[in-house]
Amino acid sequence: MSSNRQAAASSPWRAPILFAVLAILFVLEGTVRNGLFSGSWNTALAILNMGLISAITALGVNMQWGYAGLFNTGVVGFLAIGGLAPVLVSLPPVEGAWAAGGPRLIGSLLVGLGTLALAKIVYTRTRRAWAVALVLIAGFVAYRWLFDPAVSAIEANDSARTGNIGGLGLPVLLSWLVGGAFAAAAAWAVGKVALGLRSDYLAIATLGIGEIIVAVLRNEDWLARGVKNVASIPRPVPYEIDLQQNPAFVDFAGRWGLGVAEASGIWVKLCYLSLFLVVLLAIILLAQLALKSPWGRMMRAIRDNEVAAEAMGKDVTARHLQIFVLGSAVIGIAGAMMITLDGLMAPNGYNPLRYTFLIWVMVIVGGSGNNWGSVLGAILIWFLWIKVEVWGPNLIGVLVGPLPDGDIKAHLLGSAPHMRFIAMGLVLLLVLRFAPRGLVPEK
Amino acid sequence: MDILNALVAFLNFVFIPAAAYGAQLALGALGVTLIYGILRFSNFAHGDTMAFGTAITILTTWGMQSLGISLGPLPTALLALPVGIAATALLVLGTDRAVYRFYRVQKAAPIIFVMASVGVMFVMNGLTRLVIGVDEQRFDDGARFIIAVRDFREWSGLAEGLALRSTQALTVVVTAIVCAALFWFLNRTKAGKAMRAYSDNEDLALLSGIDPERVVRLTWIIAAALMTIAGVLYGLDKSFRPFNYFQILLPIFAAAIVGGLGSPVGAIAGGFLVAFSEVAVTYPWVKVAGYLFPGWEPGGLLQLLGTEYKFAVSFVILIVVLLFRPTGLFRGKSV
Repeated sequence: MSSNRQAAASSPWRAPILFAVLAILFVLEGTVRNGLFSGSWNTALAILNMGLISAITALGVNMQWGYAGLFNTGVVGFLAIGGLAPVLVSLPPVEGAWAAGGPRLIGSLLVGLGTLALAKIVYTRTRRAWAVALVLIAGFVAYRWLFDPAVSAIEANDSARTGNIGGLGLPVLLSWLVGGAFAAAAAWAVGKVALGLRSDYLAIATLGIGEIIVAVLRNEDWLARGVKNVASIPRPVPYEIDLQQNPAFVDFAGRWGLGVAEASGIWVKLCYLSLFLVVLLAIILLAQLALKSPWGRMMRAIRDNEVAAEAMGKDVTARHLQIFVLGSAVIGIAGAMMITLDGLMAPNGYNPLRYTFLIWVMVIVGGSGNNWGSVLGAILIWFLWIKVEVWGPNLIGVLVGPLPDGDIKAHLLGSAPHMRFIAMGLVLLLVLRFAPRGLVPEK
Repeated sequence: MDILNALVAFLNFVFIPAAAYGAQLALGALGVTLIYGILRFSNFAHGDTMAFGTAITILTTWGMQSLGISLGPLPTALLALPVGIAATALLVLGTDRAVYRFYRVQKAAPIIFVMASVGVMFVMNGLTRLVIGVDEQRFDDGARFIIAVRDFREWSGLAEGLALRSTQALTVVVTAIVCAALFWFLNRTKAGKAMRAYSDNEDLALLSGIDPERVVRLTWIIAAALMTIAGVLYGLDKSFRPFNYFQILLPIFAAAIVGGLGSPVGAIAGGFLVAFSEVAVTYPWVKVAGYLFPGWEPGGLLQLLGTEYKFAVSFVILIVVLLFRPTGLFRGKSV
């Protein structure tokens, strides 16, 4: 890894200028209406909000990759498990669901975890495979005996409207922290197994856990209704419809010369924006402080030369596990924020190309190892990802304009949406090759 | 107790599907393991390259079908296979020249290679979408069954039917031929020995005058052939959907790691191990149990895990191997 992190002088103005360019792009998107930009502040703010969430995700990935050189290919899974938190924390409790099978369900999950712990104890004490197998089989039977009836009871309870375990009815902002904790727990389990081995084992293991978490969300209806989706997750900000009926707000919108519908959309998005900015800045502050502390220097020393750091008495595997869990927690927070913003938990939307590998493009383009770089890369790439969807077909339309109408022209026009995968892949490859330190290099 | 019917049900629902799937995984894992042995990184673009090769083969198949060319009872895709392999080989050789060679010369860390392969995966994914779209495609033709359920019932007089689809038999036969050819190549020819020498010890191989770039080119060509064959067989057996080829990456990696990365025998064994565990764990055993123990009412499907969680099986196998034997069953490379 050290070969790609040569220190080179870079202008201190580089990051401010790039952020200014980004700001101009968003202002153009908000004000100019032509073939390139939409001219709607609602669109611009929607892109920016999702860009901030991507930025927080990218910060988490950057902790893992930039500080420690860990390649996490299961970002989608950690985002998804974080997204589970708003459903379980903030939704109102489902009438009768707990009584139907709650205690039994919790019991089964405890038995499941207890079985794994017992198996580990038995293995370390006796080192006998048959004893471990016996524990696992007995535990599995007990788990299924508790779990299956509980799940059918919960899913049968008012299955048309809910049919899941329901939430706790707590404030949705609390769920952001819980989302981080969920992701951290999943990361600890994976990291415990896959860290300390060859570097690409972690990549493969996280690829697996990512797919499994998404599969669980898709199929366990008792948890978050699976593919039936959970809508109307409570919001931390006012609803557009309430604002539109509020005379004070109508008055306020009128003074700005905006329609009520447009103004309420912008207001809600600004509220989300400020919440997200607070989280983002808090995480950056903590991350920067950590990076400048002795702990941060140790992490980078480990990343740049594991052998030397180990010789200095640093426990490389334990440090890796620590940073992997921390980074995943940040990703989990972003996942919970994303579900809060959407107000909808739809597990079918978790596509690894979009939620794992696009985040990686953001981190690499922004500048791995640099927190501000990750933020810049995330917002920029997200902006481009959304806009290329519009620009690509327009561009292809112009390019194939002179061609005679026919199958080939139709095929080219129809395939324009797929261009952005190629474009993002090329961006990743080009940056990795020609500017491996990214737009804003690590100091 | 009705052992014959239980056996037929087992063959029909577990053994035959798992054998075909295992053969497909084995071919995929062989490709991963070869690339790992020579180029020393886990190729994340493997699944999407398989999809690309299959897409080209499908397009050629359609072209041949419209010209009226067919292989009689065998699927036309077999005739189109060389075209797919050639296109994929050109593509991966181009990728190696444009992407991986730079890092090889630089002697970059393996994880940088893995990351570059993620970029390649994106591009391959886009190319496949561009060439054939994202929808499901079926391209099998020729005879559908070698043994049909009804014929088997009439012939044997058993209640349980047995079906052997021609694509399943074809998969196993083609895999056997490909593996035999590959092992002959690796063990008997000069180029194959050069490849193994390079895989064992790069520096010694260089000292004995082996041209590393030639070995790398050869590896990519063989891997392209393996990927395309595996992809086409998988597409013939199930059906072709580009996203499935991304998802099959995990079982393929699991198979390669179980066998020991860098070990071709291990890759084949790992492929079958993963496939048989996956099918056995997700199959509802209630039918087989019903024949074996007629009086028993289990009150469930006797299914250990829903089919939606089949990837969890590969994952658990992967975890167990990583915990207890990180170098794999056949002692692959550890670095």
